[in-house]
Amino acid sequence: MRYFVKRVVHAAVTLVSVTTITFALFRLMPGNPSQAMRAQFEADMEAGGGTADPEVLDAMVEQHIGFNPDQPWYVQYAEYLQDIILYQDFGQSYFYNEPVFDILFTAMPWSIFISVYGLALGYTTNILLGAAMAYKEGSRFDNYATVLATFLNSVPYYVGAILFLAFFGYELGLFPTGGRYNTDLQTGLNVRFMASISYHAVLPVMSSFIVGFGGGALSMRGNSIRILGEDYLRVARLRGISSTRIATRYVARNAILPLYTQMMIGIATVFSSSVLLEFIFTYPGVGWYTYDAVMRRDYPLLMGSFLFFTIVTLIGILIAEFTYGLVDPRIGSGDHSESY
Amino acid sequence: MSHTNESGFETDEQLTDEQLFGHLAEDDIVSLSRRERFERILDAYFLAPGRVAWDDWRTRIGILVVTLFVFFGTIGPRLVTPPATNQAPNNLQPFDGGVAALWEEGGWIDIGVDHQLSMGPISVPGIDIRYPLGADNYGTPIGRNLIHATPDMLEMVVAGAIVSVGLAAIFGITAGYKGGKTDEFLMYITDIVMTMPGLPLLIVIVAIWSPRQAWLIGVVLAIDAWPGLARALRSQVLTLREESYVEASRTMGLPSRTILARDISPQLMPYILINFANAGRQVVFGSVALYFLGVLPLTTANWGIMMDTAYSEAHALVNLSNFYQIFWPMAAVVVLSFGLILFAQGMDRVFNPRIRARHAKKVGSDEEQIN
Repeated sequence: MRYFVKRVVHAAVTLVSVTTITFALFRLMPGNPSQAMRAQFEADMEAGGGTADPEVLDAMVEQHIGFNPDQPWYVQYAEYLQDIILYQDFGQSYFYNEPVFDILFTAMPWSIFISVYGLALGYTTNILLGAAMAYKEGSRFDNYATVLATFLNSVPYYVGAILFLAFFGYELGLFPTGGRYNTDLQTGLNVRFMASISYHAVLPVMSSFIVGFGGGALSMRGNSIRILGEDYLRVARLRGISSTRIATRYVARNAILPLYTQMMIGIATVFSSSVLLEFIFTYPGVGWYTYDAVMRRDYPLLMGSFLFFTIVTLIGILIAEFTYGLVDPRIGSGDHSESY
Repeated sequence: MSHTNESGFETDEQLTDEQLFGHLAEDDIVSLSRRERFERILDAYFLAPGRVAWDDWRTRIGILVVTLFVFFGTIGPRLVTPPATNQAPNNLQPFDGGVAALWEEGGWIDIGVDHQLSMGPISVPGIDIRYPLGADNYGTPIGRNLIHATPDMLEMVVAGAIVSVGLAAIFGITAGYKGGKTDEFLMYITDIVMTMPGLPLLIVIVAIWSPRQAWLIGVVLAIDAWPGLARALRSQVLTLREESYVEASRTMGLPSRTILARDISPQLMPYILINFANAGRQVVFGSVALYFLGVLPLTTANWGIMMDTAYSEAHALVNLSNFYQIFWPMAAVVVLSFGLILFAQGMDRVFNPRIRARHAKKVGSDEEQIN
């Protein structure tokens, strides 16, 4: 129980720290975005023929970025933090003129959908391929698979995405080249709509798979080979335990452990990859809005999407940590080493 | 190896010790001439690792690829004319003329007495190569573009790798060795950076500061690359800190700084070097990604910019006859990172003492060579 409490506290502290960093970035920006935004509003109003009232301007800026730029920094910071944590108020998008939270909240499930499938498929392949390579160690299959895995590891996911899009999307016309679903279809829980969603997700998930695949197969192979040489495995064989049980309970379990930790780190990588993937596939998720926000200099949306990514990653890591006990029963018993 | 290094610094008292226990020490240490010492160092540090590395075809490819890119990054731009628009026909296809160009006039290659290929100060007679990789929609030769983007790329990679490996070493080694509260605090920082999604963070930072110099972009990209390595180094140190020689240094009351620098870091050097190549790869991926998205200012030449131009201006994905324009820069990224991975794996093999022992043919020793 202490383990879980500690993890949740840790996640909360991380969230506050990251929010602090976003706030600091917001304020440290050269030509302060709040100033820039204020100037923008002023220009807009004067172009409209009206005169800019400083108080109205302040109120507009505050509505968009979440704090009043004229107050001292600690008051701004407290307001910003309070808005985000208590009211989920991430400010208002400058371009879309809608609350940032609403925009990103509707976009988020799509990003998670792509990333989670990519991660799950990637790691399943890692485990199966790595185990197969270790089982056939030294064989021709092992040699070829090692070189293949190394080569795939050196192909960046966006190169994969571009190749998939060019050949499966445009050349062969097998898969749609953009969007999340066929907009002609009626949205809702009907079979055709669901099919359209999966159909549109094939290429992004395939590219996301490259991110998850990474070097995991090679480390799974290494781990398995190392464990296959351990003494306790010989003992297990001498005790007459069936080879299926040895393979699943003894080898696989111990070999997967380091991979599971690697996956926790990989969660952040997979979510960050969605910026490029959603840009390439024109798939409006959080990543696509991040790109859009940079291009339009929409700072509230940019900061909001960064925080969204962090929160999603934190939740992902928390889930991974809570389920870690299923793989490793020893959690929470980690002894603290002597400090020098 | 260590004997050779220290023999120059030994004082008189230690010499008498050695005379006392002379039968235990190697006799020839003190009588090594400078030349022999040089040969031994050369053998231990360059020839033996070189033999181990060259023995494996994967490492050989890795070394060749990395050397090739370093060559293009340093000497290449001096030999090849800087790219500019309208140097070649617009939209020139790669290997124009195909195989037939080998014996026919025109096309991408011409062979004959009256042809001469001049690259900077060097000129090769009998052959003439014209824009083998084709040209983009504005007639900029792609090959020249690729080569002239390499120096900035190398600068980025080296700066990024040094910073990320350095940060990781400081955080990981200190945390692992000190333990306790220091460990908790340093790992807490590492975890925060690791949790923040890399690419969005980089985009935010780049959108704010818009770094212009290549090395600065490398340093920014290092932010995303160091935490994983710091964690890995920490776990390595956790096992090293219990070693008896570390404990001996601690008992002698040496300051932690000295122990970290003298006892722990040398053990980690191979690991750090291997990860230097990996960090370099991450910097390549990251910089090309950011340039492809178009969020970095166009102050340096980069393969990512070429990809962006091909993607958004030549519509290389929709119009597949232009696909070669996006293909070449992507190929450069893949080949460079494949080379770096193979190089890193090869270094791993070089530093592995068991493989190394088979190849360590000492100069002047009569040890028979196995294999």
